[in-house]
Amino acid sequence: MKRVVITGAGTVNALGLSVPDTLAAMREGECGIGPLNFRDAERLSIRIGAQVQGFEAETRYNRQQIALYDRFTQFTLAAAREAIAQADLNFSGDLADRAGVILGTAGGGVSTWDDNYRAVYQEGKNRVHPFVVPKLMNNAAASHVSMEWNLRGPCFTVSTACASSNHAMAQAFAMVRSGMAPVMVTGGSESMLCFGGVKAWEGLRVMSHDACRPFSANRNGMVQGEGAGVFVFEDYDHARARGADILCEVAGFAMTSDASDIVMPSTAGAARAMQGALNDARINADEVGYINAHGTGTSANDKTECAAVKEVFAAHADRLMISSTKSMHGHIIGGTGAVELLACIMALRDGVVAPTIGYQEPDPDCALDVVPNVARDVQIDVALSNAFAFGGLNAVLALRRV
Amino acid sequence: MSTQDKVITILAEQAMIAPQAVTLDSTLEDLGIDSMGVVESIFAIEETFEITVPFNANTPGENTFDISTVRSIVAGVERLKAEQG
Repeated sequence: MKRVVITGAGTVNALGLSVPDTLAAMREGECGIGPLNFRDAERLSIRIGAQVQGFEAETRYNRQQIALYDRFTQFTLAAAREAIAQADLNFSGDLADRAGVILGTAGGGVSTWDDNYRAVYQEGKNRVHPFVVPKLMNNAAASHVSMEWNLRGPCFTVSTACASSNHAMAQAFAMVRSGMAPVMVTGGSESMLCFGGVKAWEGLRVMSHDACRPFSANRNGMVQGEGAGVFVFEDYDHARARGADILCEVAGFAMTSDASDIVMPSTAGAARAMQGALNDARINADEVGYINAHGTGTSANDKTECAAVKEVFAAHADRLMISSTKSMHGHIIGGTGAVELLACIMALRDGVVAPTIGYQEPDPDCALDVVPNVARDVQIDVALSNAFAFGGLNAVLALRRV
Repeated sequence: MSTQDKVITILAEQAMIAPQAVTLDSTLEDLGIDSMGVVESIFAIEETFEITVPFNANTPGENTFDISTVRSIVAGVERLKAEQG
């Protein structure tokens, strides 16, 4: 069994177009949520979201690339570029043949589907661009990362709704730990902020009209975000041998299925995932200083998640910190676990715990230290990152300071 | 069919029971309609009556559309039809 460390991180999300900008925003408790700005937004009943601002595809990619890159792929490639540059790796020879890419996305090229359905159904066109299929497919982003950096080993995409990127990163971790791959590029991405993407979510009646306030008694739902988070997971010995800067260690993971309901979360499924990650990492519950919560801001998730934390951590639940950064960058669906992993890295590496902003009223069902509104300077040695998806599919990662 | 009969038909279909088993005093819980069943019923009501029902599943007690009984739902639909019709 190999130890696995993170040697590179990259992101694009509503808080920033890089990791330093995103962490600075998390530290300041900034909110990336605002009025939605895209075609037909006026026909939506939900008009807010955490849209990526200032991302100019035309200056980053050429015409041929844009014809092939849906927005979720554009975000992924930008995040991967930052992560791989930080890791300072060049992939050639045996390393290239064994290193791979595992990314999560729930919807893939949603705006490509949306634009082209609009063209054929609404506008009555009988012809679409030849690259619609390779642009919208869920594995497009993983394949383009593989092509751009010559990653020729295992490469695939995981789609488990809101847990996609945690499942992807857990799988990448397992491959590096087992010795199958010395390096894996992993994380996830989502870009559903278009008319059809938000319209679909609206139907569920779980979206907030005004703000994402996880754990607050007056919370009234989730707010969608968009973006990508990409990391370089590397065999510890490989990283040490080349003198790489290590951001933190990935110590373990667990995946569970509620096997109960397609949308309602289960305390048992969440608890088994957190406990399983601790067991896999050989970490005692009382070592955990911080949990990055799934914390969607819905009535159902937040109380279920807090009950699960109390079940797993017992008395220690009152001593650890748990925050939901979705209050700032929105729910990035299949990419959310990846962007949220940045908050864990900040806690472990910089000793800064990101806050849950928008917190207004204590809820007895969520009576934990949710780091309300203001970031905290505390040295954290062990952190968990939770993701609990529709479909009852849960994935939790355990991380350790190096 | 009256508004009341249409609402009862929608709820009975959602609950997979006979319309005769639905009374004005029935609660959705009595009928065995869970939170996602409520969301589906409201969608059916919106489509049937061509109205928009303000409803957030996170805050069922705070919505202006009262779903506490079949009677309150019928009254709510009547009100929205008058307002939006």
